[in-house]
Amino acid sequence: MTDVAISVRDVVRDYRRPRTSLTKPGSVVHALRGVSFDVARGQRFGIVGESGCGKSTLLRIIAGLDQPTSGSVQVGGVEISRLPERRLRFLRAQLQLVFQDPMGSLDPRMRVRDIIAEPLVAQGHRDNISRVHELLDAVGLQPEAADRFPHQFSGGQRQRISIARALAPDPRILVADEPVSALDVSVRAQVLNLLDELVQRLSLTLVFVSHDLSVVRHVCDTVAVMSRGEIVEMGPIGDVYDTPAHPYSRQLVAAAPRLQAALAGRTAAVLAAETLAARALSSNASSRNAVSRNAADSDPKPTPPTPEQTTPPPKDAP
Amino acid sequence: MTAAPEHTAYPVGGMPPTRTPADTPPPADVARVRDLAVTVGHKPLLIDVDLTVRRGERVGLIGESGSGKSLTALAIMGLLPEDLAPTGSVVVTGQGPGGIARTTSVLEAGEHGLAAMRGRDVAMVFQEPMTALNPTMRVGAQVAEVMTIHRTVADRGAAARRAVELLDKVGLPDAAEAARAYPHQLSGGQRQRVVVAMALANDPALLICDEPTTALDVTVQALVLDLIVRGVEARDAGLLFITHDLAVVASVCERVLVMYGGRVVEAGPVLDVFTRPRHRYTRGLIGASDLDLSRPEGGLYTIQGSVPAAGRFPAGCVFRNRCTHATVECEAVPPWVGSGPEEGFACAHPVVHHEGGGS
Repeated sequence: MTDVAISVRDVVRDYRRPRTSLTKPGSVVHALRGVSFDVARGQRFGIVGESGCGKSTLLRIIAGLDQPTSGSVQVGGVEISRLPERRLRFLRAQLQLVFQDPMGSLDPRMRVRDIIAEPLVAQGHRDNISRVHELLDAVGLQPEAADRFPHQFSGGQRQRISIARALAPDPRILVADEPVSALDVSVRAQVLNLLDELVQRLSLTLVFVSHDLSVVRHVCDTVAVMSRGEIVEMGPIGDVYDTPAHPYSRQLVAAAPRLQAALAGRTAAVLAAETLAARALSSNASSRNAVSRNAADSDPKPTPPTPEQTTPPPKDAP
Repeated sequence: MTAAPEHTAYPVGGMPPTRTPADTPPPADVARVRDLAVTVGHKPLLIDVDLTVRRGERVGLIGESGSGKSLTALAIMGLLPEDLAPTGSVVVTGQGPGGIARTTSVLEAGEHGLAAMRGRDVAMVFQEPMTALNPTMRVGAQVAEVMTIHRTVADRGAAARRAVELLDKVGLPDAAEAARAYPHQLSGGQRQRVVVAMALANDPALLICDEPTTALDVTVQALVLDLIVRGVEARDAGLLFITHDLAVVASVCERVLVMYGGRVVEAGPVLDVFTRPRHRYTRGLIGASDLDLSRPEGGLYTIQGSVPAAGRFPAGCVFRNRCTHATVECEAVPPWVGSGPEEGFACAHPVVHHEGGGS
């Protein structure tokens, strides 16, 4: 019935800082201030923003690793924001994560076969070496890799192992948190190609978080730009990248060095001037409204308190 | 009195004999590296590295991690770990007092000579500003310290005033207040600005930046890059800029050296190297970086395999085990083809451009 893979509505997440005074409680950090969006099945949804914008918090909430202060998150039509850990087992089978640092996310004392089989074992399946070999093959590693340890692999190969582990329970949704940021350029291209191929072949829904708009542009079809815990602009990636409407997105695009542009004379001075010009616009109060770029949606409405949504909220509440 | 200030900081007898003015390199060369090789045990880490940076020149050093970029920078700074055995020559020429050039042969110089050179003739900006700053010292005092150590200012008071001035120049809001902050009270971008202020405090002849913006957000990166370029230009200093990001190097530098496997495999003006790369590795690197470019069969251009561990690069051409054009010829080290160490390449099967540029 539903073709919405992930539905996020008005999600707010506040953290309280540790108290610094005996008499006063610690101050509150608003990590997410009412984030709403839908990811359709088979969509490649990118989330872009700078450090501290709340993208990792959002990802943790979607993956059921953190609870929102308020708002709702549905994955595959099931509300996950109020579920206790023991009832999230279905989520672990449907949605899997790939992290930024492949060394930090692989247990150095486990062999690759055990790492890849761990999600299966955790879900009560038998430890299945043929499935491990199948997964290794899917990510372009030799079957011999199964008996080795993570430190025996290069960064790119480790990221392939993380991807194989994520694919083990045959998830429908793959969430990747900066999966290529720690990789070298030549290896980055290999891993991006692999992700591209796997998402297509297994018809996965991809949520791809990055600070790099050009990487998101290559991988995703839709992008949400986040700033200070809010989505400030959302729409087809080509539109947002080529003609960013929100001043913050403009700033991101202006600041990103691009090889061809740099060779054509876009020096560091030009880069800085453009960034500052976009920032000046961005601090202009009139331009604070979120921008929605979905062609199917109505024109952008300036409704300051809540961000725009690319798709209307579901008609029937669950 | 003209040549005195630096020297008085150290016992006269402690000065190494290597710091002889009027040495071989002309004063325009602020750093001159020739045939630099570094080995650990029997593993070669750097082989035959030639590199020159002149005053007012911005030179990029690019390559993937493990290609020897940072090691080259550390060799110029005289900061190589003790168990590494460098050979070849590294000569740094700074502007001594009274405009007299003074040179340091880095590989032979003793610790006194190197200490006089570092932070004065050559300064360095590292990737991670938090580890480059002392967490227990106010940032203003850290900037001032660089000047008092090298006695480039009259006294402590002057150093403190100059520190505030420098912090203001690198764009810290309310510099007098910021000078009293500890590093942890500043954001990543602000910390890197402090490090740049420290590096530029003594008007060095050469500034080395090792991935200075990799840890920063993209909008902050644009501003810090501009800051570095302006700081170097204002002092007519040389810049050696290390990065793995080709777009950044193209925005900042005029000349570029491509390193792989501890060797310089290609060098030349940025525009030439990036639009008409000759070495197969350079070509692959540019292809893999360009996310706008797709193969006919779909997907990005890649370089097969991954960078080998240090000392595990193949003999002969270091790139041959990942190169699609490698032949038996590549088992011998390909000769350097070009006008000199500043322009040329070392590849037996270079990309030919007049026929539509190979594959």
